[in-house]
Amino acid sequence: MKITKMWGWTSVLCLSAMSLVAQETNQVEQLKLQIKQLQENFEKQQQIQRQQIEALTRQVETIQRQTAGPAPAGTNAAVVGKLDDWQTRSWRLGDPLRIGNQRSYMDIGLIGTFAVGGSTANDLGSLQSGGHDPSRGGFNMQSLELALSGNVDQLFRANAHLLFPPGSGSVETEGAYLETISLPGGLQLRAGQFLTEFGRQNPQHPHAWNFVDSSLVNQRMFGGDNMRGLGASVSWLVPTPFYSELFLSVQNNEGETMHSFRNELESGETLFGRSLSFTSSPKSLNQLAYTPRYAVSFDLTDTQTMLLGVSAALGNNSSGADTQSRIYGGDLTWKWKPADHAGGYPFVQWQTEGIFRDYEAGAASGLSAETLKDYGIYSQISYGFTKGWIAGLRWDYVDRTGLATSLGGSNNYDDAERAGRWRLAPNLTWSPSEFSKVRLQYNHDERRGLGTDHTVWLQFEFSLGAHGKHKF
Amino acid sequence: MKLKSLAAIVALFAFTLLVQAKLTVVATTADLGSIAREIGGDRVEITMLAKPTEDPHFVDPKPSFIIKLNRADALLEGGAELEIGWLTPLLEGARNRNLGLGQPGRVICSKGVEMLEVPTVLDRAQGDIHAAGNPHYLTDPANAKIVASNIAAAFAQLDAGSTDFFQANLKRFITQLDTKLAEWQKALAPYQGRRIVAYHNSWPYFAKRFGLKVDLFLEPKPGIPPSPAHLAGVIAKMKADKIGVVFVEPQLSRRTAENVARNTGGAVVEVSHFPGGVKGTEAGYLALMDHIVNSLAKALAAQK
Repeated sequence: MKITKMWGWTSVLCLSAMSLVAQETNQVEQLKLQIKQLQENFEKQQQIQRQQIEALTRQVETIQRQTAGPAPAGTNAAVVGKLDDWQTRSWRLGDPLRIGNQRSYMDIGLIGTFAVGGSTANDLGSLQSGGHDPSRGGFNMQSLELALSGNVDQLFRANAHLLFPPGSGSVETEGAYLETISLPGGLQLRAGQFLTEFGRQNPQHPHAWNFVDSSLVNQRMFGGDNMRGLGASVSWLVPTPFYSELFLSVQNNEGETMHSFRNELESGETLFGRSLSFTSSPKSLNQLAYTPRYAVSFDLTDTQTMLLGVSAALGNNSSGADTQSRIYGGDLTWKWKPADHAGGYPFVQWQTEGIFRDYEAGAASGLSAETLKDYGIYSQISYGFTKGWIAGLRWDYVDRTGLATSLGGSNNYDDAERAGRWRLAPNLTWSPSEFSKVRLQYNHDERRGLGTDHTVWLQFEFSLGAHGKHKF
Repeated sequence: MKLKSLAAIVALFAFTLLVQAKLTVVATTADLGSIAREIGGDRVEITMLAKPTEDPHFVDPKPSFIIKLNRADALLEGGAELEIGWLTPLLEGARNRNLGLGQPGRVICSKGVEMLEVPTVLDRAQGDIHAAGNPHYLTDPANAKIVASNIAAAFAQLDAGSTDFFQANLKRFITQLDTKLAEWQKALAPYQGRRIVAYHNSWPYFAKRFGLKVDLFLEPKPGIPPSPAHLAGVIAKMKADKIGVVFVEPQLSRRTAENVARNTGGAVVEVSHFPGGVKGTEAGYLALMDHIVNSLAKALAAQK
């Protein structure tokens, strides 16, 4: 009985195994058939597509013949209707994050920049006076920036750059503006809060800098946080054979980020010996800063590009009833990238910028009215010598053409905001990918009256989210 | 006098029409540009942005490109994020209504192409991956047919008067391509299933079409430069599996590829995705594919 049962089971097992083998052979056959069918289908699809395209073009032709003119917009739309699917289909992992229905979506990026270092200077805050410079020994959070951008509708796109300063619990609006997508005549309008289009360094966000800190001349002319404010701007692509663009920004000239204009100081602080507590409200037009810029670019050869620009920023300042500031700048950028670069390397970029300022200072507490003239220049070179590695060198120089009025006695007034100084800063940057970097920089500082200082910084940065857009 | 000025106006108008008759087209890369030239012939004026020898992921967004895009009737782009890092800021600067997404002038060449290696998880720890799939789809000649059809359809919309001309060119190109494809498949038929090493993962479409395996790369991850340890691993695998051909693009380190080849007794085959990227392929897409297939067949034949 037991044996019969066993035999029974064995035969059942054998049978099922055999049928499995048979099934497998069947499956292989079936799969082969499926593959063949798929291939045939694919080829058929292609043929159908080609025929469809031909039919469509024929349709266009017929319509055109009927109307004896260009095809009306409606027929165009019908033909275009089938847009590429990955840009119109519903959201899938890997698409830009879309908010709302597909008419408005936005790209989201988060960029964190940190630095650690030390210096021989015991007034590191004034040695590194940029708002996003590392300015204390030990660890610094230079910037944490949330970048949002996207098309608003068929007319506008919007950008916002929000900064989260460490420990303050507040949000700083570096930029938030609306911009036209495609106005006729090569025009573009922008409105909101934005970094002023003056020279090369001023409109750059901290993460786009080639150095740990911003240039001295920009800090002196535009303050620690760059010149920025509420306003509007227009730019025009001039119809020349080469690239040539005119910009005009008009912004409120008031506040901390309008350093050389109607700057507001905390009580007790002074600028050029003046407390800038002038409170009368000027005429509307005098409450604005005007910044024209003209930039041209040429491709010198197939591998070399040059960009030249001149800028001016004009407006009232807060040292007197009707005192003005006039800032003029010129900039030059030259870049070489060979025709067979890999990953963007090697390259050499040289950028230099010179800025001159006339500041009409009003009379105040022992100081007579006068025009303070300051200037500065920086010149920087970056050499990406192998993929991911960039060596940089920047030279900074700032000074004034004359001392301020005598304060009385034997001391002429020469404050830290105007005294001559220079800096030489070599650095080395390693970018393991486009989305991170580690940078080592040494600053050799010479300040008139204060002497020499040595500072070393190690900077690190990450970038999450939306793919970085590299402007020239 | 009145008649004269009227004639002048008419002449001017006619002249403008004549001038406008030629489509101004910008192609992001030379492969798209060369196919567009086949279709458009002398009725289109084609400018290419990326040089055929340079890394198409990292093209400098030169201001002169803004001007080219500003004045273009059409833009041909790959449509698979290859140009994501540099095309967007250029288009923002160009402010050209013709090139807006959805406009007839914005030609997404990948439309209808079956994308390979579309990632299911997006993780930048995996290197430089593209959310839309591997963007190097034109290494499969069958995809060139789709691209050519897309371009012909777009050109026909922009210049309806030349539809027959574009259509005839498309037909001619596809016939040529079909003939060539049969030749190429015959040339590589003896090497079905053979493995090839590539510097960068840009050959899945080519491999699929010709029954080859390109699954070992000198780069440890896309866009990440090769490390000595990774190269040692690749050399060991090449020896173990008797792989003897290394594909290298002109912008990538030929020296690294040659070192690997020397260590394994293999050969380096210089290839490119772009006509003009390798000497002798300037004539266009067909010349380029001819070069790739022939030099690969030669190298594979020499192996055994």
